[in-house]
Amino acid sequence: MELVALAVLMAAVTYPSRAVPLILPGFDRLPPIVDEYLRLIGPGILASLAAVNVLVITDASGDRRFHLGPELLAVLVCVAVVAWRRSLLPGLVCAVVLVAAARWLGAA
Amino acid sequence: MPDVAAVRRRLISDGIGIGVSAGAFALVYGLAARQAGLSPIEGLAMSAIAFAGAAQFAAIGLLVQGVPWLGIIVLTALLNARHLLYSASLAPWFTGRSRRERAAASYILTDEAFALALPAFRALGRYDRQTYLIAGMFVFVPWVSATMLGMLFGELLPDPTTLGLDIVFPAAMAGLAVALVVDRRAATAAVVGVVVGVVVALAVGPSVGILAGGLAGPAVALMVRETPAQVSAAEAAQTGSAGLP
Repeated sequence: MELVALAVLMAAVTYPSRAVPLILPGFDRLPPIVDEYLRLIGPGILASLAAVNVLVITDASGDRRFHLGPELLAVLVCVAVVAWRRSLLPGLVCAVVLVAAARWLGAA
Repeated sequence: MPDVAAVRRRLISDGIGIGVSAGAFALVYGLAARQAGLSPIEGLAMSAIAFAGAAQFAAIGLLVQGVPWLGIIVLTALLNARHLLYSASLAPWFTGRSRRERAAASYILTDEAFALALPAFRALGRYDRQTYLIAGMFVFVPWVSATMLGMLFGELLPDPTTLGLDIVFPAAMAGLAVALVVDRRAATAAVVGVVVGVVVALAVGPSVGILAGGLAGPAVALMVRETPAQVSAAEAAQTGSAGLP
């Protein structure tokens, strides 16, 4: 049961990063340039998150390396399908099928 | 402007894949937690209270290696620092909402909830409580329930990576970014976010890279000149004739 306390401590350091800008007074009445910066965070961080996930691999010893594989192709296919169909689900299905097939064939 | 029902239908359609992915990895997390010696209550507490995805996997690995709690807590804070950007980016949409509602909304703010909610708010032109709740629950419910299943039955299930399910998270993040790339500045933010994110991730580490990409992309994008149509839209917004934050 003692690890419940660790879970609480992990929550205690996670929650402020989720809450502070939302709760802080005045954060919803910012100068236009700051508003514009915040609008651009969405595409910036989501693209960064996706790219780091598929292009950077960290091995068991903590070493990082650049990785080009079918995962990148799968993400690009997903983006193309989403742009075409305006729906995420078909894009995800295509990405999963592509990666699963590549791994089954030994390409990843 | 789309109606709320249409936006929620789209959100649910987009959320299905994300929910499946979250559930699959929570199964793995549950199994890993059990193998690391956590009781079902401890494993579940991590998912329901900390609700911290990658940080939970890292915590399990560090616990097994005997790393002190302080190290785990510091790593958790670093891994989750990117939520500051999500929270700041969503803040303008919460104008007029009570502090209690904002505090509750913060609890379910994750990568996926942000990625699902922001395009929905943009489509609606405003914040909608139920829409946000649906976005948050698409991760919270499968994450917590599948953690318990993983702790109880995880050894019976195949590894999600062999089924290609590990691609769902990055593909979903990239796919949901598509809806946010509405002009040259947003496209620049995305491209610079990718380049800076990957370079810094290779040099320093993935968490710092993601954060750096999320900070640098918009900063560089602000230097891109707006088109005349965008300038007009911004002026209209400042005079109150447009409702988008």
